[in-house]
Amino acid sequence: MIEIAELAKRYGRRPVLQGVDLRITRGRITAIVGPNGAGKTTLIKTILGLSRADAGRIMLDGVQLDGGVDYRARIGYMPQIARFPENLTAAELLALLKDLRASTDRDRRALDEELIDRFALGPQLDKPLRTLSGGTRQKVNAVTAFLFRPELLVLDEPTSGLDPVASSVLKDKIHAERRAGLTVVLTSHLMGEVDELADDLAFLLDGRVRFAGALEALKATTRQATLERAIAKLMAREAA
Amino acid sequence: MSAVRAGVVARVVRYELRDVAKSRWLLGYALFFLLATDALLRFGGGGTRALLSITNVVLLLVPLVSTVFGTMYLYDAREFTELLLAQPVRRDELYAGLYLGLALPLALGFLGGLLVPFAVHGVGDPSQWRLLAVLALTGVALTCVFVALAFAIALRSEDRARGLGAAVGVWLLFSLLYDGLVLLGVMLLGDYPLERPLIAAMLANPIDLARVLLIMQFDVSALMGYTGAVFEKFFGNGGIAVAIAALAAWVAAPVLLGARAFRKRDF
Repeated sequence: MIEIAELAKRYGRRPVLQGVDLRITRGRITAIVGPNGAGKTTLIKTILGLSRADAGRIMLDGVQLDGGVDYRARIGYMPQIARFPENLTAAELLALLKDLRASTDRDRRALDEELIDRFALGPQLDKPLRTLSGGTRQKVNAVTAFLFRPELLVLDEPTSGLDPVASSVLKDKIHAERRAGLTVVLTSHLMGEVDELADDLAFLLDGRVRFAGALEALKATTRQATLERAIAKLMAREAA
Repeated sequence: MSAVRAGVVARVVRYELRDVAKSRWLLGYALFFLLATDALLRFGGGGTRALLSITNVVLLLVPLVSTVFGTMYLYDAREFTELLLAQPVRRDELYAGLYLGLALPLALGFLGGLLVPFAVHGVGDPSQWRLLAVLALTGVALTCVFVALAFAIALRSEDRARGLGAAVGVWLLFSLLYDGLVLLGVMLLGDYPLERPLIAAMLANPIDLARVLLIMQFDVSALMGYTGAVFEKFFGNGGIAVAIAALAAWVAAPVLLGARAFRKRDF
């Protein structure tokens, strides 16, 4: 679904992405992992057009992204940090997003508000967002990502800040949507979570993809039973 | 560059208005003007003298509050901006929405605080209506200028403290230091004809521009001696139009600078 080629980005003098090549397959869940500062979030933001690449290209279904914005109607995004205007309520925030998308989604499909019920957010919807706890805001954040039944879901550290119950609800939702054909890109530093969710894995180190492929393939080539050990092996090999 | 869809801008403005309208800052700002104007009208002597005092408050406070509020708002809205940019929204549309969504309520808060006391107490002399109208418009223009400056500065600095510092620095320069520097120049170069440079210096500072526009309404320019006479002459010959155009340019330039920064910026 997405093809990324020779993507490069630097912030000032610091290179963040140094020629990233990556293919994200339709209908699968791809996890981008790597140490802090490896460029995971930058890569995601470049796909969304939040950051502009210095070089390289991104193709979505064979069409190169060129700064147009309409493709974003097909994407649901859950940023890492959930901070919203303090005096708006969650209901107002959702209404704003619906209003904004209404202008571009001509044939609007029914909204997916399942997570509101599953997270039991109903009573929180009319309170100002500033009064909600960090975890609750993160739940609102998750709702916004699924709301428009996107073809592609982009999740930046989706379970951070969520309690185990909410985290399980979110993972179940991701699995359910994956079965229904959704493509997912997510970043995570929790290997257990990646093991549980992902089909494919891209290991990013110093702005380059050091491994890309199926989870099973990684475990097989490193001859390790768990993902954590497989990644550790990979990093040790890189260091050697 | 693709066109800005007004509908999208209006939607962003509508929700931002709801957010800002409930802010305690804005309420405090409007209340301050309300109380200050009311107090000056009650105890400040005749209408014109009260208006002159209010003018000084407006020239100092409107730029300061617009600068600080504008900078803080943009830094606070950073994650929100990200979320909206991940929607099918163009950057220029979001920028226009963010700007209007803040400049509008600030201007309305100021107008409410200024005009309500006059509506209650009434204006003594009909000639003061004109003064009040000019004061109201100048205040709105200064709001637009300094929110735009705040945005242009905040978008160029990732660091919140530095951005806020720079914005307050700009306010300090325009509202306090500038006149000192101009005076120093006048003292050093007193032997030369300074009319034109002085008018240029005035046009280059939005607060000075607003101040001169206002003082010209008060018929006290004769008290300003030589420079007052220079301005009188300048404004007599279509200078008012030049001054208004200059103020409009002071709104447009930082708005466009900010838009450029917003387009290039990595979120």
